[in-house]
Amino acid sequence: MEDQELPYVLIDCIGGKHGVYEDHTEFLKTRFCLITMKEYLENKKFLGEKIRAIFMWYHKPVIDEELLQSLPNLKVVASSGVGIDHLDLNLLSSFGVKVSNTPFVVSTDTADLGVALMLASARRLVEGYQMAVSPDTEYFPADWLGVEVSGTALGIIGMGTIGYKVAQRARAFDMKILYHNRNQRNKEEESAVGAIYCKKIDDLLQQSDFVMLAVTLTPQTHKLIGKRELELMKPTATLINISRGLVVDQDALVEALQNKVIKAAALDVTYPEPLPRDHPLLKMKNVTITPHIGSATKETRRLMMENMTENIQAALTGLPIPNEVLL
Amino acid sequence: MAEQELPGVLILDIGGIHGVLPNIVALLQKHFRLITMKEFLENKKEMSKKIQSVFVFERRPTIDQELLESLPNLKVIANSGVGVDHLDLKMISNFGVKVTNTPHAVADTTADIGMALMLASARRLVEGCQIVISPDTKYFAVDWLGVEVTRATLGIIGMGNIGYKVAQRAKAFEMKILYHNRNQRKKEEEQAVGAHYCEKMEDLLQQSDFVMLALNLTPETCKLIGKRELGLMKPTATLINISRGAVIDQDALVEALQKKVIMAAALDVTDPEPLPRDHPLLKLNNIIITPHIGTATVQAIRMMAEEAIANMLAVLNGQPIPSEVFPK
Repeated sequence: MEDQELPYVLIDCIGGKHGVYEDHTEFLKTRFCLITMKEYLENKKFLGEKIRAIFMWYHKPVIDEELLQSLPNLKVVASSGVGIDHLDLNLLSSFGVKVSNTPFVVSTDTADLGVALMLASARRLVEGYQMAVSPDTEYFPADWLGVEVSGTALGIIGMGTIGYKVAQRARAFDMKILYHNRNQRNKEEESAVGAIYCKKIDDLLQQSDFVMLAVTLTPQTHKLIGKRELELMKPTATLINISRGLVVDQDALVEALQNKVIKAAALDVTYPEPLPRDHPLLKMKNVTITPHIGSATKETRRLMMENMTENIQAALTGLPIPNEVLL
Repeated sequence: MAEQELPGVLILDIGGIHGVLPNIVALLQKHFRLITMKEFLENKKEMSKKIQSVFVFERRPTIDQELLESLPNLKVIANSGVGVDHLDLKMISNFGVKVTNTPHAVADTTADIGMALMLASARRLVEGCQIVISPDTKYFAVDWLGVEVTRATLGIIGMGNIGYKVAQRAKAFEMKILYHNRNQRKKEEEQAVGAHYCEKMEDLLQQSDFVMLALNLTPETCKLIGKRELGLMKPTATLINISRGAVIDQDALVEALQKKVIMAAALDVTDPEPLPRDHPLLKLNNIIITPHIGTATVQAIRMMAEEAIANMLAVLNGQPIPSEVFPK
């Protein structure tokens, strides 16, 4: 098949720190004619008319009004990952451009990471590792202890696909599971994981040993966890965030940790990412932070790419888009 | 009740680096008169007759022939923890002294550490944390990846209490579970966790993405995992050890990790603990080591003491002993 017959799809670049993965390009190139931003900018007039889709890998290329105006035949933006807080959905809609994400393929990896953070924080894994390898270590003290995970109470805020998979995993640790969600799940789903609905978030916060945030970032969930919520938590509790940094009032979190209002925090996400190098969260012993790796496995990134491809193909052939994000 | 009437229990020390923790001391004192090694050595004549039990915490005090000979009324050595590889069971038995351990108190907490190590290793958690705090970090690279745990294959070597609880947890991660054990478990037990028995350990090693060691250290299991076994594992596999360091041929492990015969290792236990500061294992970047924290939680330490106390009281009162350990 000649190149011209494949749909033209805009990407940021291939390889390097932010680009589409080299080992994904073979798959993509049998289905699309990939145009990098560099190529596009060098030949705007011709390529602008041809581009019908954008393959947005980790928020790049950045889509603004100027770009949308110069791509008259753009039909769809396929975004990697489940979060779409980085996209201006109203703007895209005003240009008649559809949007897709990859909501389901990321869920098990992100749930796994949530549990990994909970265990690592509770058992002081990173601190323990540092002791085990430190040149100054002469013995392991008997009074160096962490806290239990098994048999304790986990409060999940946001019981979507990811939150539910966290619940499935936590149940196997004999955890008591509370959850807070926009809507209550049905009885079978609840009893399958032994989850108890807390209509009021306060009830969940007051009873949980571990509070896990698995919500979407929206105007309603922005700073959902602030000073008031942190104070409702047990002083022995740990906050775990696998959503978005902005769901937590970060300054309030710093203060709460410094004043021992809560015991510890484990965050895969912050605002911004990375944090400024002098940020107080980076210096605290009771804080575990990972570099937004919720979906960072080879297998899942491949599935994400294939999912995005499927969405683009559906949009360009006028079929229903499997993972369309609606306003 | 006057103090002299409580049975005497020997411990290494109260508090301090290796001593019994203060809140555990309080638990013990409800039933026993505690005698530290220092008190015993300073007043052997009087103290030796009072001691009916030794509470061994974190492998101390060391039980040798000399000690056993000087405790004529010793009835039981109650170990805090399940592993008793540090105790010469035959020698102790020759003195007519019973040995007990705490298999129930340790199981959940140790299974949790096994899962924590597997997840941390697969997702490169420790490395990730280092990137987050490094002064040189300007951005998070998009092509920095770990490997999946969900739906991967876990091979558990040693399917006792701890191994089984690991299987229960791993099932919730949709893992395929293989196990190797002295004896096959009952069908109902296998089905409850979806575990497949591998009579030959080789089959487990060849098929597993994660190999977890959860067995006792005995003369038979010493260096169970050596060069040959590591060579049978997948080059993409991770070895996790929550048993005892001596179950692995450590030199063979160093070589296997250096030559990428296996992908990574995560060890809560080594031989010795801690490792010498110049040990090659400490220099590798595809290994996580934790300082033997399998039962290092406030709750587990307490439960272990309670289980040990129940064992001691049973022996001293001539009742059935919950967790007696016999020499082979």
